[in-house]
Amino acid sequence: MMVALLFVFGYPVARLIMMSLQRTSKGQEVFVGLTNYMALFQDEVFIRAVRNNLTLVLNVPVMVVVALLLAIFLFERIRGWKIYQTTLFLPYLLPIVVVGLIFSYIFQLSGVLNEALVAIGLPQLALDWLGSPKLALWTIMFVIIWKEVGLGVVLFLARLMSVEEELFDAARIDGANWWRLQWHITIPQLSTVIEFFTIISVITMLSWVFNYVYVMTAGGPGNSTMVTELYVYLQGFRYNQMNLAAAASVLILVITGVLIFVQFRLRERAGEEETFA
Amino acid sequence: MNRSDKFWHWMGTIARQAIVILATLMSLFPVYFMVVSAFKTRGEYIANKWGLPTVPILDNFATAFAGEKFLIRFANSTILTVGSVGISLIIACLAAYAFARMDFPGKRAIFNVLLSLMVVPPVVMLVPLFVSMVHLKLVNTYPGTTLIYVGLLLPFSVYLMTNFFRTIPREIMEAAHIDGASSFGVFWRIMMPLSAPAVITLIVVNALWVWNELLIALVFMQKDELKTLMVGITALRSKHYVDIPVTMAGLFIATLPIVVLYMFGQRYFIRGLVSGAVK
Repeated sequence: MMVALLFVFGYPVARLIMMSLQRTSKGQEVFVGLTNYMALFQDEVFIRAVRNNLTLVLNVPVMVVVALLLAIFLFERIRGWKIYQTTLFLPYLLPIVVVGLIFSYIFQLSGVLNEALVAIGLPQLALDWLGSPKLALWTIMFVIIWKEVGLGVVLFLARLMSVEEELFDAARIDGANWWRLQWHITIPQLSTVIEFFTIISVITMLSWVFNYVYVMTAGGPGNSTMVTELYVYLQGFRYNQMNLAAAASVLILVITGVLIFVQFRLRERAGEEETFA
Repeated sequence: MNRSDKFWHWMGTIARQAIVILATLMSLFPVYFMVVSAFKTRGEYIANKWGLPTVPILDNFATAFAGEKFLIRFANSTILTVGSVGISLIIACLAAYAFARMDFPGKRAIFNVLLSLMVVPPVVMLVPLFVSMVHLKLVNTYPGTTLIYVGLLLPFSVYLMTNFFRTIPREIMEAAHIDGASSFGVFWRIMMPLSAPAVITLIVVNALWVWNELLIALVFMQKDELKTLMVGITALRSKHYVDIPVTMAGLFIATLPIVVLYMFGQRYFIRGLVSGAVK
């Protein structure tokens, strides 16, 4: 396993690590040790980016709870549940770029949301959602939740459909109320899918949010929505600091690598009997 | 059930329905906003942002289509999507056949590596890929970018197809072998026709991914005439003067292929995502 991993990953990663330890000087790659890493940790913008990525992780519990609740309601066959499932999943499908642009018009200072707030007599709530350094990240977080929750709903619902009805019936006959039913039957039955969705979402928050930020704020105002991916992109492809970008990539790789490993172990545990049975 | 139980039961039902309806409306609002705005004149958009257009107009679509390089971008996105989805499909089917039905040393290890590659964020590979692509003179080319997409699509594709191939009973293959079919014959005449649902799933999931992708397209297709639709769209944000109804019409056109594809393969799409996760 380790050998194969080294083989496939080996070249690009070795290359990446090498670059992160070098600097270009007069067209020559010079070994500089950990200088690039030191530079990263002294760069306020990078620190800001890491902090923002960590803040985004706060989305994950919200997403899990909302998706769980919606999936349970749909599973209880409320009227029209199939139509609801399709529409709730729609956001996940749309290009982030398109969604991001639409939302930036909605959240503009003179956008639809603020007009609506003024119309219903709450002008004090009409804020500069994407233009204020204090609010912009939270607005982006809302859009991410809006977009990614649908996946959770679909995953949870699909799993629930394969749970044997008798389990629920038995609990109901025993007189379990709604909360106890969810707590003792639904959530344990869903535990592997919840784990999967949680880890995938954490990985997303740490390393797949480039599109949202690039489209809605481009990191601004004043780096308040900078994330590590955007940092890599800007350093590497705008400011021509490939070595700095490489160092930042290595750090992202290490963090996501740990998570990927955890996810992999969970998957292995869940799918042991299926894989190469 | 006594009266108070009944009351709470009703309250529960109403609360549930209300929450789900609210969530659905929130899911739909941006799409609604895009569609209605696309049919408004600029004047009407400013005066009436959230209502339906009084007189729907089609001019915005004409303007969007005539817009700067819109058709070229559309074509670029299509070329990359079709190319990378097609190539990855062929490779994935062949590889999955080997994983599902042949024995070779290191099979399990390689398969496990594929599994973990499924979630490696592309941003990590951006810098080394770019350096390699510069060396190979493949930056700003269709083949170069297609190659990257194929590489990124393969782990999930192989995984999905392998799982599907495993569900096809061995007996069918063995019978064909006894009748004198070659390995490739079995693959082509028996496995592939039986795998239509999985293939459709894969095409839908992968096409959506490539069509919507931004970061790779941004870095590897920098020349103006090579930019994809998604890259073109992001440029709109920073423009000072933006005609929002025309932009919305453009977004509408850019989203349409996705929605059509999804409607066509909805059943398969959800199945594909779920099998990638639940198993």
